[in-house]
Amino acid sequence: MFAAAVIALLVTLVLALARAIAGPTVFDRLLATNTCGTVAVLLLSTIGFLTGRPDFLDLAIVYGLLNVVGTIAVLKFFRYGSLGE
Amino acid sequence: MSAVIDTASWILILAGGVFSIVGGIGLVRMPDFYTRVHAASVTDTLGVVFILLGLGLQAGWTLVAAKLAVIALLIFFTSPAATHALAKAALGRGLEPLLAEENPSLKR
Repeated sequence: MFAAAVIALLVTLVLALARAIAGPTVFDRLLATNTCGTVAVLLLSTIGFLTGRPDFLDLAIVYGLLNVVGTIAVLKFFRYGSLGE
Repeated sequence: MSAVIDTASWILILAGGVFSIVGGIGLVRMPDFYTRVHAASVTDTLGVVFILLGLGLQAGWTLVAAKLAVIALLIFFTSPAATHALAKAALGRGLEPLLAEENPSLKR
Protein backbone atom coordinates (compact mmCIF):
# COMPACT_ATOMS: atom_id res chain seq x y z
CA MET A 1 0.00 0.00 0.00
CA PHE A 2 2.79 2.41 0.89
CA ALA A 3 4.61 1.24 -2.24
CA ALA A 4 1.53 2.10 -4.35
CA ALA A 5 1.46 5.59 -2.85
CA VAL A 6 5.18 6.01 -3.53
CA ILE A 7 4.71 4.95 -7.16
CA ALA A 8 1.78 7.36 -7.59
CA LEU A 9 3.83 10.21 -6.12
CA LEU A 10 6.77 9.38 -8.40
CA VAL A 11 4.46 9.50 -11.43
CA THR A 12 3.21 12.91 -10.28
CA LEU A 13 6.81 14.05 -9.85
CA VAL A 14 7.65 13.00 -13.42
CA LEU A 15 4.60 14.85 -14.79
CA ALA A 16 5.49 18.00 -12.86
CA LEU A 17 9.09 17.78 -14.11
CA ALA A 18 7.78 17.48 -17.68
CA ARG A 19 5.86 20.71 -17.18
CA ALA A 20 8.88 22.37 -15.59
CA ILE A 21 11.00 21.48 -18.63
CA ALA A 22 8.34 22.32 -21.24
CA GLY A 23 6.69 25.32 -19.55
CA PRO A 24 6.55 28.34 -21.87
CA THR A 25 6.70 31.01 -19.16
CA VAL A 26 8.72 31.24 -15.97
CA PHE A 27 5.51 31.06 -13.93
CA ASP A 28 4.72 27.61 -15.33
CA ARG A 29 8.14 26.45 -14.22
CA LEU A 30 7.62 27.97 -10.77
CA LEU A 31 4.23 26.26 -10.45
CA ALA A 32 5.79 22.93 -11.39
CA THR A 33 8.61 23.50 -8.90
CA ASN A 34 6.07 24.23 -6.16
CA THR A 35 4.24 21.00 -6.99
CA CYS A 36 7.56 19.14 -6.93
CA GLY A 37 8.19 20.47 -3.41
CA THR A 38 4.76 19.37 -2.17
CA VAL A 39 5.22 15.93 -3.72
CA ALA A 40 8.68 15.67 -2.16
CA VAL A 41 7.20 16.33 1.30
CA LEU A 42 4.60 13.61 0.75
CA LEU A 43 7.24 11.26 -0.66
CA LEU A 44 9.48 11.73 2.39
CA SER A 45 6.59 10.99 4.77
CA THR A 46 5.49 7.91 2.83
CA ILE A 47 9.03 6.54 2.48
CA GLY A 48 9.43 6.98 6.23
CA PHE A 49 6.44 4.69 6.76
CA LEU A 50 7.54 2.30 3.99
CA THR A 51 10.93 1.67 5.57
CA GLY A 52 9.57 1.78 9.15
CA ARG A 53 11.61 4.87 10.10
CA PRO A 54 9.20 7.74 10.94
CA ASP A 55 12.19 10.02 11.65
CA PHE A 56 11.85 11.05 8.01
CA LEU A 57 8.89 13.22 9.08
CA ASP A 58 11.27 15.80 10.55
CA LEU A 59 12.95 16.09 7.16
CA ALA A 60 9.51 16.50 5.60
CA ILE A 61 8.68 19.41 7.93
CA VAL A 62 11.96 21.17 7.12
CA TYR A 63 11.49 20.58 3.41
CA GLY A 64 7.98 22.04 3.51
CA LEU A 65 9.24 25.21 5.21
CA LEU A 66 12.10 25.57 2.70
CA ASN A 67 9.71 25.06 -0.20
CA VAL A 68 7.43 27.89 0.91
CA VAL A 69 10.27 30.31 1.59
CA GLY A 70 11.91 29.52 -1.75
CA THR A 71 8.72 30.01 -3.74
CA ILE A 72 7.89 33.33 -2.06
CA ALA A 73 11.47 34.59 -2.54
CA VAL A 74 11.54 33.76 -6.25
CA LEU A 75 8.09 35.28 -6.75
CA LYS A 76 9.10 38.48 -5.00
CA PHE A 77 12.15 38.65 -7.25
CA PHE A 78 10.05 38.30 -10.38
CA ARG A 79 7.40 40.73 -9.15
CA TYR A 80 9.63 43.60 -8.05
CA GLY A 81 12.93 42.85 -9.78
CA SER A 82 14.87 42.60 -6.52
CA LEU A 83 14.67 40.92 -3.13
CA GLY A 84 14.23 44.19 -1.25
CA GLU A 85 16.54 46.37 0.78
CA MET B 1 -11.33 -2.76 14.82
CA SER B 2 -7.77 -2.86 13.55
CA ALA B 3 -8.92 -4.26 10.21
CA VAL B 4 -11.43 -1.43 9.85
CA ILE B 5 -8.74 1.20 10.50
CA ASP B 6 -6.36 -0.56 8.08
CA THR B 7 -8.97 -0.61 5.33
CA ALA B 8 -9.85 3.04 5.88
CA SER B 9 -6.20 4.06 5.72
CA TRP B 10 -5.65 2.02 2.53
CA ILE B 11 -8.63 3.72 0.90
CA LEU B 12 -7.43 7.18 2.00
CA ILE B 13 -3.85 6.62 0.80
CA LEU B 14 -4.98 5.22 -2.55
CA ALA B 15 -7.41 8.13 -3.01
CA GLY B 16 -4.59 10.55 -2.24
CA GLY B 17 -2.38 8.86 -4.85
CA VAL B 18 -5.16 9.05 -7.44
CA PHE B 19 -5.77 12.75 -6.71
CA SER B 20 -2.08 13.59 -6.92
CA ILE B 21 -1.79 11.82 -10.30
CA VAL B 22 -4.89 13.70 -11.50
CA GLY B 23 -3.22 16.96 -10.54
CA GLY B 24 -0.05 15.95 -12.39
CA ILE B 25 -1.98 15.06 -15.55
CA GLY B 26 -3.81 18.38 -15.39
CA LEU B 27 -0.50 20.17 -14.95
CA VAL B 28 0.74 18.66 -18.22
CA ARG B 29 -2.43 18.81 -20.32
CA MET B 30 -4.11 22.13 -19.40
CA PRO B 31 -3.79 24.80 -22.11
CA ASP B 32 -3.04 27.92 -20.06
CA PHE B 33 -1.07 29.01 -17.01
CA TYR B 34 -4.14 29.93 -14.95
CA THR B 35 -5.86 26.61 -15.65
CA ARG B 36 -2.63 24.84 -14.70
CA VAL B 37 -2.75 26.63 -11.35
CA HIS B 38 -6.21 25.16 -10.85
CA ALA B 39 -4.95 21.66 -11.68
CA ALA B 40 -1.90 21.89 -9.43
CA SER B 41 -4.02 22.92 -6.45
CA VAL B 42 -5.69 19.50 -6.55
CA THR B 43 -2.35 17.90 -5.66
CA ASP B 44 -1.68 20.57 -3.06
CA THR B 45 -4.94 20.15 -1.12
CA LEU B 46 -6.78 16.88 -1.73
CA GLY B 47 -3.73 14.69 -2.36
CA VAL B 48 -1.88 16.01 0.68
CA VAL B 49 -4.86 15.75 3.04
CA PHE B 50 -5.84 12.23 1.95
CA ILE B 51 -2.34 10.76 2.05
CA LEU B 52 -1.44 12.36 5.39
CA LEU B 53 -4.77 11.27 6.94
CA GLY B 54 -4.12 7.71 5.77
CA LEU B 55 -0.62 7.76 7.23
CA GLY B 56 -2.00 9.23 10.47
CA LEU B 57 -4.50 6.37 10.78
CA GLN B 58 -1.58 3.93 10.46
CA ALA B 59 0.38 5.79 13.14
CA GLY B 60 -2.33 5.93 15.84
CA TRP B 61 -2.20 8.41 18.73
CA THR B 62 1.57 8.91 18.84
CA LEU B 63 4.14 11.65 18.28
CA VAL B 64 4.27 10.57 14.64
CA ALA B 65 0.61 11.52 14.21
CA ALA B 66 1.32 14.93 15.77
CA LYS B 67 4.15 15.52 13.28
CA LEU B 68 1.87 14.46 10.42
CA ALA B 69 -0.73 16.97 11.63
CA VAL B 70 1.94 19.70 11.69
CA ILE B 71 2.97 18.87 8.10
CA ALA B 72 -0.68 18.82 6.96
CA LEU B 73 -1.43 22.18 8.56
CA LEU B 74 1.77 23.69 7.14
CA ILE B 75 1.02 22.63 3.57
CA PHE B 76 -2.70 23.34 3.90
CA PHE B 77 -2.11 26.99 4.86
CA THR B 78 1.05 27.89 2.93
CA SER B 79 0.44 26.20 -0.40
CA PRO B 80 -2.71 28.19 -1.32
CA ALA B 81 -0.87 31.34 -0.23
CA ALA B 82 2.05 30.51 -2.53
CA THR B 83 -0.37 29.71 -5.36
CA HIS B 84 -2.17 33.02 -4.84
CA ALA B 85 1.13 34.92 -4.88
CA LEU B 86 2.12 33.06 -8.06
CA ALA B 87 -1.11 33.94 -9.91
CA LYS B 88 -0.92 37.54 -8.70
CA ALA B 89 2.70 37.88 -9.81
CA ALA B 90 1.82 36.43 -13.23
CA LEU B 91 -1.11 38.85 -13.63
CA GLY B 92 1.04 41.75 -12.47
CA ARG B 93 3.69 40.89 -15.05
CA GLY B 94 1.07 41.05 -17.80
CA LEU B 95 0.50 37.36 -18.54
CA GLU B 96 -3.06 37.33 -19.86
CA PRO B 97 -5.53 34.43 -19.69
CA LEU B 98 -6.09 32.42 -22.86
CA LEU B 99 -9.62 33.73 -23.44
CA ALA B 100 -8.80 37.40 -22.79
CA GLU B 101 -9.08 38.21 -26.52
CA GLU B 102 -12.73 37.14 -26.73
CA ASN B 103 -13.77 38.33 -23.28
CA PRO B 104 -12.35 41.78 -22.48
CA SER B 105 -13.52 41.65 -18.84
CA LEU B 106 -10.70 39.15 -18.18
CA LYS B 107 -8.05 41.72 -19.07
CA ARG B 108 -6.27 43.52 -16.32
